[in-house]
Amino acid sequence: MKRACVAFWRGGDSALPGYRLALVVTLLWTGLFIALPLCALIIRPWQDGVGPVLAELHDTRMFAALWTSFFSAAVAALLNVPIGLFLAWMLVRGNLPGQRIADALIDLPFALPTAVSGITLATLYSPQGWLGYPLAKMGVSVAYTQWGIIIALMFVGLPFVVRTVEPVLKALPHEQEEAARLLGAKPWQVITRVVLAPLLPPLITGFGLAFARGVGEYGSVIFIAGNQPFKSEIAPLLIVVRLQEFDYDGATAIALVLLVISLAALAGIGVLRRRFSAWGAMP
Amino acid sequence: MKKIALWGATWVLLVVVLLLPPIVVVTEALKSGLLASLATLKDPDGIAAIWLTLETTVVAVCFNTLCGILAAWLLTKYRFPGRAALLVMVELPLSISPVVSGLVWLLLFGAQGWWGPALERAGIHVAFAVPGIMLATLFVTLPYVVRTLVPYMEHQGRDTEEAAALAGAGFWQILLRVTLPDARVALFSGVLLTTARAMGEFGAVSVVSGHIPGLTETMPLHIESLYNGYQTVAAFTMAALLACMAMAAVFLRSAPAAWARYREVQE
Repeated sequence: MKRACVAFWRGGDSALPGYRLALVVTLLWTGLFIALPLCALIIRPWQDGVGPVLAELHDTRMFAALWTSFFSAAVAALLNVPIGLFLAWMLVRGNLPGQRIADALIDLPFALPTAVSGITLATLYSPQGWLGYPLAKMGVSVAYTQWGIIIALMFVGLPFVVRTVEPVLKALPHEQEEAARLLGAKPWQVITRVVLAPLLPPLITGFGLAFARGVGEYGSVIFIAGNQPFKSEIAPLLIVVRLQEFDYDGATAIALVLLVISLAALAGIGVLRRRFSAWGAMP
Repeated sequence: MKKIALWGATWVLLVVVLLLPPIVVVTEALKSGLLASLATLKDPDGIAAIWLTLETTVVAVCFNTLCGILAAWLLTKYRFPGRAALLVMVELPLSISPVVSGLVWLLLFGAQGWWGPALERAGIHVAFAVPGIMLATLFVTLPYVVRTLVPYMEHQGRDTEEAAALAGAGFWQILLRVTLPDARVALFSGVLLTTARAMGEFGAVSVVSGHIPGLTETMPLHIESLYNGYQTVAAFTMAALLACMAMAAVFLRSAPAAWARYREVQE
């Protein structure tokens, strides 16, 4: 313990100057701007005892909003997996004409500020919009329903899947597939055993990143979602509603649940990913 | 034949899903002509929003870049107990909902927060004022510079730095003359990502701002109030301006690579 403290203060093994300055700045920076506010979030609900926390747990509107957020994020991330895989494949292996432009387009949802994507998607998918009108003719209403939430989350989540799969796909040698084919593997065997197996870990990571982003997403969703309690109200919006009612305890309770579940989901995906990467490395 | 069908499918997908939204921003902004949309930019509340966004962005970028460089130095050039925990901590804001990132500051500085009432009595306004907006923006943009610098500086190793130290260079000399010039592309990319996120942040800022037009509205918040007030042209004009600024920042990241390719062709 004492040795660890000494190592922490002296800078471990390196003789480079500047350790203590960098350490103090980093600790102050992360301490004041991350640890302190998060402590407030964790401590605040228990400040008045266990009673208020238990009372919040009876709030069915909160559970409905959390369910909407997690369900929509999961569906959107799941739908993004095949689309993202297809786009990454075409970018890396497809000899796509205009490849460089296509590659830049992938970053668009990432570059567009969320409020801008929000009002734009709402306009695009509204019953009078360019995409909403033909969809409405077919009897599908997207805007102001849960589908609207899913569409918005698919838009913001797509780059995460493409950008995590792409580098792995690039590093995957062509020769492996040819060797498998020469050794007598059937096309579907080549795809599932040789191509998809090493892509599974990045696909899981991409899914996880898109999911984590989707659960907390606010700006790009609220304009296109109907925001009806119990139907199309997402958890972050309910936090805002509670704050407008000056119900800090209610808002903090939802925020804490949101934070804990999304961190747990990220950790779970990390475990899953490690298991599958071991599986993918097997001959 | 099959190949052309696949190319077609890819491009249809790219255009419908990704390219259509920015096109809609432009067409909606220009719905009643270029002059009408330019006229909406003269609104004093809009100008105030643009200024506030620029100020917030400059503060967030400068602060997080300086601290980010030092943190990346600490996390890559030394091995010490607690390093892994710090790495996780620095990336935390990325997995926190923007709304929660705003809420945490209200818990400290809001009317019902820990220190809010005391500061309020002393005449210092943080929540529903500009300092709150800055704090929320600092929080959400904190990870970007560190995140882009750490992989590169880790890959650098520390041999050159140790050689410079043996030759008698001090900390700042090593950092400014050895490490950062080498890591300049990663640093550039991190700064631009911070800029884009700081300008476009909506959820976190929305919670702490109080939405006072002309005073505490940044560009994204002003877009929201215009849109909700059915001022579609004004909302999309502001949106187009903000989107151009953020997209310029994001796409400028590939400029160093493009410049290198160009130089190669020249030689």
